[in-house]
Amino acid sequence: MRYAVEVLVTLKPGLADPQGKAVEGALPALGWTNVRDVRVGKHVRFEIETDSEDAARDQVGSMASRLLSNPVIEDSRILEVRPA
Amino acid sequence: MTGRIGVVTFPGSLDDRDAIRAVELMGGEGVPLWHAEPDLKKVDGVILPGGFSYGDYLRCGAIARFATVMDAIRGFAERGGPVLGICNGFQILCESGLLPGALIRNRSLRFVCKEVFLRVETTATPVTADVLPGEVLRMPIKHGEGQYVASEGDLDRLEGDGRVVFRYCGPDGEVDDVHNPNGALRGIAGVRNEDGNVVGLMPHPEHAVDPDVGPTGGQALFASLLSQAMAGVP
Repeated sequence: MRYAVEVLVTLKPGLADPQGKAVEGALPALGWTNVRDVRVGKHVRFEIETDSEDAARDQVGSMASRLLSNPVIEDSRILEVRPA
Repeated sequence: MTGRIGVVTFPGSLDDRDAIRAVELMGGEGVPLWHAEPDLKKVDGVILPGGFSYGDYLRCGAIARFATVMDAIRGFAERGGPVLGICNGFQILCESGLLPGALIRNRSLRFVCKEVFLRVETTATPVTADVLPGEVLRMPIKHGEGQYVASEGDLDRLEGDGRVVFRYCGPDGEVDDVHNPNGALRGIAGVRNEDGNVVGLMPHPEHAVDPDVGPTGGQALFASLLSQAMAGVP
């Protein structure tokens, strides 16, 4: 089976997020003064060929912790696994 | 006999040739190593140089850690061989789990290129064994992602175990926010592994060995690495 997968990678809570700070700092210049706690993450999409959805989720979990994210500073979450 | 120090070239490495030149200026033999080859050519020490391996895609060092040569380097490090990661090399060592912590975007969000002062915090590493504790060394930094981070618990453990090797400081060794160029937690510029044989730092000792072109704070580190590498061939 072929599955379409989406993984979200975010900086761990509590870790300084300079990108988020920069975005937050730019918003008031455009008139949006009511936004706080901006955090910037990564959204990764791909297709995967496995026997079952469980197998796909297993493999994606390993991929997410070994390459797609750095568990020292980031959390990763599988957003979606659906038949492609 | 001359110490043989291997310097790895990854796709996107920039400072490999400067590292080899620095080794040779300090009296050693620089041995080019290729990322796709498992052979470490019987070197006495290994340097992972600065640059932008694999375009810094995904995260700095994230892809280089899976290069063929890294398996050999992991084995070399486990046998006690000296390994020094500079800048991108430090990022690769953190990504590979050989060193604790991680390096994220500079606090300023800007690429920083300037000379800094470093205070030597421990002599229990191959690159600082012959340096005086507390000695202040001058050398350049040039990085966009050099802010060292780790959990508070990990930082406390690192400090307790004497594994912080270098801190950013002022000319007299004062560690404060003013002299912290990238927001690194506790001013940390370099750390070591538990055994002390693997060291990583963001500043560039290989650009600080020739008095004709700048500061010479890197000389002591290369001299120490060469003498230590010769003393304990794994």
